[in-house]
Amino acid sequence: MNALALLVPLALGLGVLALLFFGWTLGNGQYDDPEGAASRILFDDSRENT
Amino acid sequence: MSALPARLDAAEPGLSAAACAHCGAPVAPGAGRFCCAGCEGAAALIAGLGLDAFYRRREAAAGGIRPAALPPVDFAARAVPARSGTEHSLDLMVAGLTCGACVWLVEQALAADPDVLRARASLSTRRLTITWRGPANRAESLAGLVARLGFHVAPWSAACLRATEDAEGKALLRALGIAAFGASNVMMLSVAVWVGSDMGEATRALMHWLAALIALPVVLVAGMPFYRSALAALRAGRVNMDMAVSLGVLATTAMSLSEALRNGPYTWFDGATALLALLLAGRVLDRAARRRARQACAELLALQSAEVTRLEIDGTAHRVGAETVCPGDRLLVAPGERLSLDGVLEGGEALLDTAATTGESLPRSFATGAALPAGAVNLGDALVQRVTAAAAEGSLAAVARLLERAEQARGRFVSIADRAARLYVPVVHVVAAATFLGWWLGVGVSWQAALVPAVAALIVTCPCGLAIAVPAVQVVAVGALFRRGVLTGSPTALERLAACDVAVLDKTGTLTTGRPALLPEPLRDPAVLEAAAALAASSRHPLSRALVAACPVPVHAAAGVEEIPGAGLLCGEQRLGSASFCGADGMAEDGPVLWYRASPGAEPVAFRFDDPLRPDAAEAVAALRAMGMEVELLSGDAPSAVGRAARALGIERWRAAATPADKAARIEQLRAGGRRPLMLGDGINDAAALALAHASATPAGGTDLAQAASDLVLRAEGLSALPAALRTARRAQRAARQNIAFSLVYNIVAVPMAVLGLVTPLIAALVMASSSLAVILNALRVGREATR
Repeated sequence: MNALALLVPLALGLGVLALLFFGWTLGNGQYDDPEGAASRILFDDSRENT
Repeated sequence: MSALPARLDAAEPGLSAAACAHCGAPVAPGAGRFCCAGCEGAAALIAGLGLDAFYRRREAAAGGIRPAALPPVDFAARAVPARSGTEHSLDLMVAGLTCGACVWLVEQALAADPDVLRARASLSTRRLTITWRGPANRAESLAGLVARLGFHVAPWSAACLRATEDAEGKALLRALGIAAFGASNVMMLSVAVWVGSDMGEATRALMHWLAALIALPVVLVAGMPFYRSALAALRAGRVNMDMAVSLGVLATTAMSLSEALRNGPYTWFDGATALLALLLAGRVLDRAARRRARQACAELLALQSAEVTRLEIDGTAHRVGAETVCPGDRLLVAPGERLSLDGVLEGGEALLDTAATTGESLPRSFATGAALPAGAVNLGDALVQRVTAAAAEGSLAAVARLLERAEQARGRFVSIADRAARLYVPVVHVVAAATFLGWWLGVGVSWQAALVPAVAALIVTCPCGLAIAVPAVQVVAVGALFRRGVLTGSPTALERLAACDVAVLDKTGTLTTGRPALLPEPLRDPAVLEAAAALAASSRHPLSRALVAACPVPVHAAAGVEEIPGAGLLCGEQRLGSASFCGADGMAEDGPVLWYRASPGAEPVAFRFDDPLRPDAAEAVAALRAMGMEVELLSGDAPSAVGRAARALGIERWRAAATPADKAARIEQLRAGGRRPLMLGDGINDAAALALAHASATPAGGTDLAQAASDLVLRAEGLSALPAALRTARRAQRAARQNIAFSLVYNIVAVPMAVLGLVTPLIAALVMASSSLAVILNALRVGREATR
């Protein structure tokens, strides 16, 4: 029972964290260009004038 | 990134390449490394920016990236100022972005400009956002740079935005995330209850309430898309699949809550959340498949978006949007420009290509004061048009209104999934209610205990397998067609296409290429062709262009050519044009002919033309017939041209000189006779018929109105995609029926077990997962067959 008191909140807490993170990625536009992101990983030299 | 050897050697200097080193188009041996001056310029530009790595990076088959002309649009006016006007940004739609290398090239080329602060292209949406320091008028040159690299650019329009900004899709994705979180966490607790037979009562109650704590908000939030759709259907007095899903999920949740309250052996929260997660995953995939098609359609349309040149009273000319023009305004129509508004010709004579509005394959000349139809293309010199109707009242808008009405009629089409739901929902709910009453009043258990088998019956009838049966097939079929270049916009398009039994085809621009070609004549002197082509080179008339295109040697335009509208071309003593103009009267000719006379005394020579059939037209017609379709030809062109095409294709039923109203009437007549017509057409004159037909398709070069009216757009060149699409649609329909039948058979076994109270949540989960899997696997077969 003691183990449950620790593990259940821990599991749920981690799950909620993952859910919040998913919400953030969605709002941040991470799924707007899945094809572009797949090939962008291969760009090595960036010359953007930021 | 590993280099692709085939492309690398083409890009090496000094090698004689058989393919253009920039765009990959075939080049004659010894003609150099590039197919045209434009490609050479683009390659030099890329090399100058130090971006040659592009040629090693790109993976898409080349051909689509020849340097493009900038559309006549005021880009500077669309730049959005930021930071009190010191910075500007511009959104562009970039067609031709096919792979990561293109994105890289565009971004890097723009970043090489020191004023550009940010350039970001999206491969999925084809949207390019450029932010730069400096005045708004830099927009033109920046857009021009992208065009010079070989990408067609257009301003990012509202239609593009509608197609890509997908609020509903985002909401679905969010719901899926929540449901997946809920399902996995509830399952963790449920498994503990299933295997923990030695679990104490108090621990089990804790597990039940923890599961409820997670499941209740999840069911409430993640189920929203289904509840909303079910409510909307209910208000309209209909029953749909979402209704079954909503009731199933809510009833399961309510029953689980009652089980948690009385601390029963099992709760069913896992079933409710897993059902939601599975169905939402199906929805998300379905939407993603269609979103790609909608975007591609918006992309095609954006490239055609029109601005017009208005002549102000003070004599200046301004480019304005077509929607701001009022009747009475005067517009300048440049050579080659498409008329966006109805009007009359102010002065002189005009030669217009009206193929899109009437289906005639030969251009028509118009005299001063004649009504010019919107949608025609100016083939002569620049002309001045006085507008008679604003965009909202013109002939194009009338067609657009017609399309809207037809669209609504199409919305009433009941898909096979909803037809199944109409049968399924009442039957299942009656069974569930009878089970509840039977256990409660018949057997005499408590009402809470009676609820368990009743709801178990509701959930094992697999709204899951049934609800996913059709979307799974749709996702696979729409995706397979997209890869073949067929864009499917409407959710019911494939189902309607599969049911079609008669094909009605347009001729000009659909079965034919829409461009006349010179007929070969073995006895003709090549020198005469060359001389005639030299005259023709300065004219934009389609026959002149065809003549130049048919000349085997490079044509040098003759100097001092005078064009006499409606007659022909004059250069010294040489004449090229109509029979009367060249003194060849009385020689009856069938089809379009150009006459050439070297001097007043010389014998006139005839050049005969034909609007050639697309190379795969005969094959496509034969394939349609082989699939049991009747084929009809319905054209606005002259009887001789239509008859010739019909004979060449072996089509018995054909009709020429059909007005747009005639075409629509023929479709109505077919429908009234119980037939399901499939209309294939490309012009504005086909739009009404396309919208009225049971299903409709437009080839790649179709006008925007025809594309908007069609269910399918055949993006790939040629017609062979149509029989392929029909075949895929029929297979998809068959697979959807199999899936529904399968789900029903499953229920015949599962429902009695549930009614007898033999089903536990574990069995329900297994039934649900296995039926969904079976249905998905069956759907995948459609994709495999379609791409083979």
